[in-house]
Amino acid sequence: MTTLRLSLGRRMQPPLRATVGVSVVAWLVAWFAEAPFSDWLTFSVFGLDRGSQFGEAIAFFLLDVPKVLLLLVGIITVVTLIRGFFPPERVRSALAGRGRMTGTVGAASFGIVTPFCSCSAVPLFIGFVEAGIPLGVTFAFLISSPMVNEVALVLLWGLFGPGIALVYMAAGLTVSIIGGLVIGRLGMERYVEDYVWALQGKGPTLDAVQLTWEDRIRDAWSYTRDLVRRITPYLLVGIGIGALIHGYAPTDLVAAIGGRSNPLAVPIVVLIAIPLYSNAAGTIPIVQALLGKGMPLGTTLAFMMAITAISLPEFIILRRVIRWPLIAAFAATVTIGILFIGYLFNFLIV
Amino acid sequence: MKKIEVLGPGCANCKRLEANAREAVGMAGVEAEVVKVTDYGQIAAYGVMSTPGLVIDGKVVSYGRIPSAGDIALWLSE
Repeated sequence: MTTLRLSLGRRMQPPLRATVGVSVVAWLVAWFAEAPFSDWLTFSVFGLDRGSQFGEAIAFFLLDVPKVLLLLVGIITVVTLIRGFFPPERVRSALAGRGRMTGTVGAASFGIVTPFCSCSAVPLFIGFVEAGIPLGVTFAFLISSPMVNEVALVLLWGLFGPGIALVYMAAGLTVSIIGGLVIGRLGMERYVEDYVWALQGKGPTLDAVQLTWEDRIRDAWSYTRDLVRRITPYLLVGIGIGALIHGYAPTDLVAAIGGRSNPLAVPIVVLIAIPLYSNAAGTIPIVQALLGKGMPLGTTLAFMMAITAISLPEFIILRRVIRWPLIAAFAATVTIGILFIGYLFNFLIV
Repeated sequence: MKKIEVLGPGCANCKRLEANAREAVGMAGVEAEVVKVTDYGQIAAYGVMSTPGLVIDGKVVSYGRIPSAGDIALWLSE
């Protein structure tokens, strides 16, 4: 408990447990009431016809927006609480001094539970190098962190069931581990900016910040509010596109471009995804609509991974510590990995 | 006069932290200047790996999160 030594004019906060309890109940009520309510709204109140393209598109939109927002709020809060126990400082201590294989697998796995903010990519990279963590291990982390995002995982679980979520996680881990191992073997250390190597072994090593439960809950809630606010535009666009696909896209078109009969489906969707960047959550409505139209799982997975993992803004930020040849190697490795996953899952899941 | 440094390349989080820091200066009623540090070399020199970070008079007080203006005001008054 922080003791107030000045009069800060802070309102008396209601007891933490009561607030948390009420929030959980409110969420559950909203969650179970939502689908019947949207259905009623679209077809009874607005009087649209079931089965009409416009009606279906609107139903999809009205069903999806509150559902995804609710899921997001619930998931991000819980996930942020968990992530609070895995700050980068702790990951660095865990990875320092490990062998190449252990380090790479560990880094890829930690990437799942560590928050990733593009702006932190550079200090994080420097921090890992400073601790003597090999380049390949660092890259395994950089690949896995934005791509295998637990928010996306839980959303996938909630919308498609545990199978697909686990598949996505396994695929992401595989690409990260193999990507990390490959980059580690390329011996491209000379493409890291010199000032980064100069910092090795210097500078203080900070431990993870000590936080109380109240700090953690307040942080998680404030982060959730902020993130949902930032994601909502991506989400609305994603849901809008999903709704259009759901209501208007002829199944034949999706089958022609992205379907099983087109051997170039995977590279095409990856190419489409490269200039697109979205938070993983924003891709899910599109993924939902595409799967509904019969796009094979591998192709859809490749699309989703490519949107989140291959991000030009992130590459530009990384330029501050890495030169273009290494960035290109990074991008190429991730792309090839994603293409491989796409074809593999199309092959395995008939 | 206290020196408050906000470490970060200038994304939305860093701006929030800077705003909180400025508010905290008002709350605590101390004399302080708030400086943005965007150079990665300087940020690394403090050992900060997760931005945004907050430094008061050369001592790192926070990183990887955005403390509220109230928390920062408390640190300023210590």
